[in-house]
Amino acid sequence: MNWKYITTIYLKELRDSLRDRRTLISMIVIPTLIIPVLMFGVGTVMSKVIRQAKEEATSVVILNGADSPSVVAALKADKKFHVVDGAADYKQLISDKRVRVAVEIPAGFEASLKTSTPQTVMIYHYQGELKSGLGAGELDKFFRALREKTVETRLTDRGLPVTLVKPFEIKWENVAPPEKVGGNAIGGFIPYIIIILSFTGAMYPAIDLTAGEKERGTMETLLCSPVNRLNIVLGKFLMVLTASVTTILLSLSSMALSAVIGIMSFAGGGAAGAKAAAAGGTIPIIDPLGIFGVVAMIAPVAVLFAALLLAISLFAKSYKEAQSYVSPFIIVVIMPAMLGMLPGIDLSVKTSLIPILNLSLVCKEMLSGVWHWQYIALIFGSTTVYAAIALAFCVRMFNREDVMFRA
Amino acid sequence: MIEAHNLTKTFKDKKRGVITAVDNVSFTCRPGQIYGLLGANGAGKTTTLRLLATLLQPTSGTARLAGHDTQSASELVRANVGFLAASTALYARLTAREMITYFGRLNGMPDDAIKARIRQLSAELDMDEFLDRRCDKFSTGMKQKTSIARTLIHDPAVMIFDEPTLGLDVMTARSIVKFVRDCRNRGKTVIYSTHVMSEVEKLCDTIGIIHDGRLVAEGTLAELQQRFGETDMEEIFVKAVGGEAALAAALKN
Repeated sequence: MNWKYITTIYLKELRDSLRDRRTLISMIVIPTLIIPVLMFGVGTVMSKVIRQAKEEATSVVILNGADSPSVVAALKADKKFHVVDGAADYKQLISDKRVRVAVEIPAGFEASLKTSTPQTVMIYHYQGELKSGLGAGELDKFFRALREKTVETRLTDRGLPVTLVKPFEIKWENVAPPEKVGGNAIGGFIPYIIIILSFTGAMYPAIDLTAGEKERGTMETLLCSPVNRLNIVLGKFLMVLTASVTTILLSLSSMALSAVIGIMSFAGGGAAGAKAAAAGGTIPIIDPLGIFGVVAMIAPVAVLFAALLLAISLFAKSYKEAQSYVSPFIIVVIMPAMLGMLPGIDLSVKTSLIPILNLSLVCKEMLSGVWHWQYIALIFGSTTVYAAIALAFCVRMFNREDVMFRA
Repeated sequence: MIEAHNLTKTFKDKKRGVITAVDNVSFTCRPGQIYGLLGANGAGKTTTLRLLATLLQPTSGTARLAGHDTQSASELVRANVGFLAASTALYARLTAREMITYFGRLNGMPDDAIKARIRQLSAELDMDEFLDRRCDKFSTGMKQKTSIARTLIHDPAVMIFDEPTLGLDVMTARSIVKFVRDCRNRGKTVIYSTHVMSEVEKLCDTIGIIHDGRLVAEGTLAELQQRFGETDMEEIFVKAVGGEAALAAALKN
């Protein structure tokens, strides 16, 4: 190992990569521009769509109900509902999303409220369809309220206190500090994004520096130089690692910057901001130390990715061939990262040893301000071991004639 | 000086089993001489030269270049070798100067020495005009000149040329041939592989005919002419490999 040669190779690869459009796009343009646009653009659109769906009156078809005029009148008077005709083909209307829900009022419903014959109110909805689900919820609320009112009336008629059926109240109170709320809400999302970006950021330079060089015929030129192959691998590896780390740092800073801008425009919005906050839109706060923790923990994973990507793409003869080997690995990376976002999958000795999943889990904890030092050490240690194995594998591949001169 | 002793290289191929690409090849090439390795496509020329340049390790046999063994001192061998092949390309996104400087540094040269050497090579090869332009915009001739400067930056004692004129236009090919001759005149040891008969005739001091991995005939042009009773290089070659049928069979493989 000779650091002078490693540095020479690294600096040349850096200069070469900075002149490569594909590498620049994946390393700089995507993390700084696309990610915040995706995160905040899609986020805003989604919350807007959901809010609109909630605010919009629920279109509902009432089936029967001719003998329950006051219930029908109450539904029609309620601003949350918009009663539509169409009893004949209500199922079709719901399926076509022209009506959110339908409600079937049984015959003699109003009369039965006074007598004590139990009846069934049917709500027809379209499962999995957001607006229909919201509408069904509203209808359910409406009829629950009616049921409670009926119970109260019956109790008062018999001279009994209302507390008979309401022996206690239930109240909710949040004890989680705001940074933990933020950590849990977006803490699972940030490591997921970073893991994927550290992979895609390393992908193009790794392919370009190996299969790309083979295809263009420069690999043989390089191997003719007196420099030991170990130094060549390490120089190239450091470049791929640089690309990966740059992608992570740029995407983190651009996410942080867009978050700050987002909060400032919230505060500047005054009344609008207050309205949004009142509507349940709390601004998630992330533990800033957690971000440093995430960056530190992602380092060995970036090493692992860089070494693996180099070794895999080195096997290919051409850029295209390498792309087809490497692309499926995105799924391999995404799956454990996604598992980490699921509720119920928590840190344990076992999950600490599963690469990527362990990172996803520990980052979520760190971003909400919880530091499990023993797991952090175990995860950092095991990932470092995996990374070292990957790097050794990469060096081995560079020394294999059948890989370097695959015909 | 190049000394190859019983060089053998076998490859494993999934479909064809074990292939002997180079079979027990021995030859010597002295300073101030051009050794021509003549063979059809797939005869084993490139593998032999890659063995000499330490890009591949021999299955058996040894080779010494400039006094160093290719297996035990491969880095010293490469430090004394300039390797130019049709398959050794330039970094398209670097300028000619950056490319040559890079290989100077990889050869352990200090920057001052690299600068001085580039000045000298650029004057000799008439490269001043395009020295600071990117290689991807170069004509074939410019590319060849830059490649030559790259192989000469560390002034190696041994030059290995693997079909350097392959696919080049007449003018560029001629300038390469002239450059190879210059190398000999400066006392370098030169080995040159080709399948072009005329190049061998006018360039090489010793000719080795390689066929199916084996060195089937070796000698000066006059010696080969006498041995096979032919004056034309092509006829000598066909006779040396065992007739047209043998050649056709080898090419089929």
